[in-house]
Amino acid sequence: MAERPIIDVRGVWKRFGDVEVLKGIDLAIAKSEVTCIIGPSGSGKSTLLRCIAFLEEYSEGEIYIEGELLGFSLENGKRRRVSDAEVARVRRNVGFVFQQFNLWPHMTALENVAAPLKLARGIAREDAEKRARRMLEKVGLSHRAEAYPSQLSGGQQQRVGIARALAMEPHIMLFDEPTSALDPELVGEVLQVMRDLAGEGMTMAVVTHEMGFAAQVADTVVFIDHGVIAASGSPQQVFRHEENPRLRQFLQNYFERNVFWQGSDAAPAS
Amino acid sequence: MTFNPAILTDNWREIFDGMVLTILIWIAGTAIGLVIGLAVAVIQLFTNRWVAAPLTLYVAVMRGTPFLIQLFVIYYGGPFFGLDLTPLVAGVAGLALYGGAYFSEIFRAGFLSVPPGQIEAARMMGIGRLDIVRHVQLPQMLVIILPALANMTVLLSKETAVLSVITVNELTSVVQSIGSTTFAFAETLLFLALVYWAFLEIVTAAARRLEKRVGRFMLRTQG
Repeated sequence: MAERPIIDVRGVWKRFGDVEVLKGIDLAIAKSEVTCIIGPSGSGKSTLLRCIAFLEEYSEGEIYIEGELLGFSLENGKRRRVSDAEVARVRRNVGFVFQQFNLWPHMTALENVAAPLKLARGIAREDAEKRARRMLEKVGLSHRAEAYPSQLSGGQQQRVGIARALAMEPHIMLFDEPTSALDPELVGEVLQVMRDLAGEGMTMAVVTHEMGFAAQVADTVVFIDHGVIAASGSPQQVFRHEENPRLRQFLQNYFERNVFWQGSDAAPAS
Repeated sequence: MTFNPAILTDNWREIFDGMVLTILIWIAGTAIGLVIGLAVAVIQLFTNRWVAAPLTLYVAVMRGTPFLIQLFVIYYGGPFFGLDLTPLVAGVAGLALYGGAYFSEIFRAGFLSVPPGQIEAARMMGIGRLDIVRHVQLPQMLVIILPALANMTVLLSKETAVLSVITVNELTSVVQSIGSTTFAFAETLLFLALVYWAFLEIVTAAARRLEKRVGRFMLRTQG
């Protein structure tokens, strides 16, 4: 791999007071690669993603986005927090999709997608709305452009959230448990949009509990446990061959939860 | 002594002028107070605590001391600090500063009522802070804080009466002087009370209508 990783996380620690949530994370993501981050709740996987977006300030280490240090400047080996404007500049090509969608409820789907184009990029109203319509079409929601978030299903809201991020033409998309707040029957439509996106070559980092998605779409699966990367590799490696006992236990729980029919029509022994 | 409402009609011209002045003071004080309140809330929430500290002190002082004393300090104490204000200017400034402190608390609560995730999303899209305030936070929070703002506006209408003590010729001052020259205290004071009550009813009715209008927007966004 001669090319420099588009996201480069080096020795990142994150502390909230005395609590160490991330304990020295190293993670490199290459262009067009899909990385799924899995792990038990409280393991630090969402915190890692939020650090990569600088929604959390990491306490130690370095994160490079397309070669640029995120959030800090290094002067004589000392790091200094840079201005919000500089943070915004370095992460301008990073899109983020939230677990809770975080749409703006007083704006229609179209306005949700168009507003950042107007406000952050200074794109004229007409052009912004044209691009917003194109993005909504891409996620299969052009017919719901005039609807308010409250009039949309969870799955539709999340697709608007994805369209909103895509409208900024990001090079990297970060997904923080994008389907965890959805009813099970709505998960598929969101995953399909993400699958299409991966197929187009988008660089993606996805924190998820959807093991099926990770197995089918990810190039790399990263298992985080207690703030460290306990296992990582291809889905094949991680899901089939990894011997880490915590990972085995974690996957076993998923497996058991998802088996609801044993395939035998015999009445269950009681 | 008999109850004689004619005292009021005999002096209708002065009373009318006083009422007009009261309404103007009220509107000016409220409008400037709203601007102060919004500015203070924005600065408190979005700057560091060294910038916010003097403003927090301002809010604490204005809320912690009687309006009457504040007016005295501005009008009679002002000249010591090189502030030589006319009674009217001192009165409007006092009312605006007093109202501004309360309005700032209402706005602050309003800002905090917008879920942080929505602001994170806006920041993540590269939207500037003031644009976030204007386009994401204000439209949502106004719906929520409207009743509190209306309530404070009513309170300010009643506080205009205090300006009579620094010789502003507003309604209370006019009617009181009529009362003390004619000894018709019952008529004049009852009249005064009724006028301020009418103010309250007008503002409350206006706020209800406005609430219904923005309420439709709420139904749209939450239904």
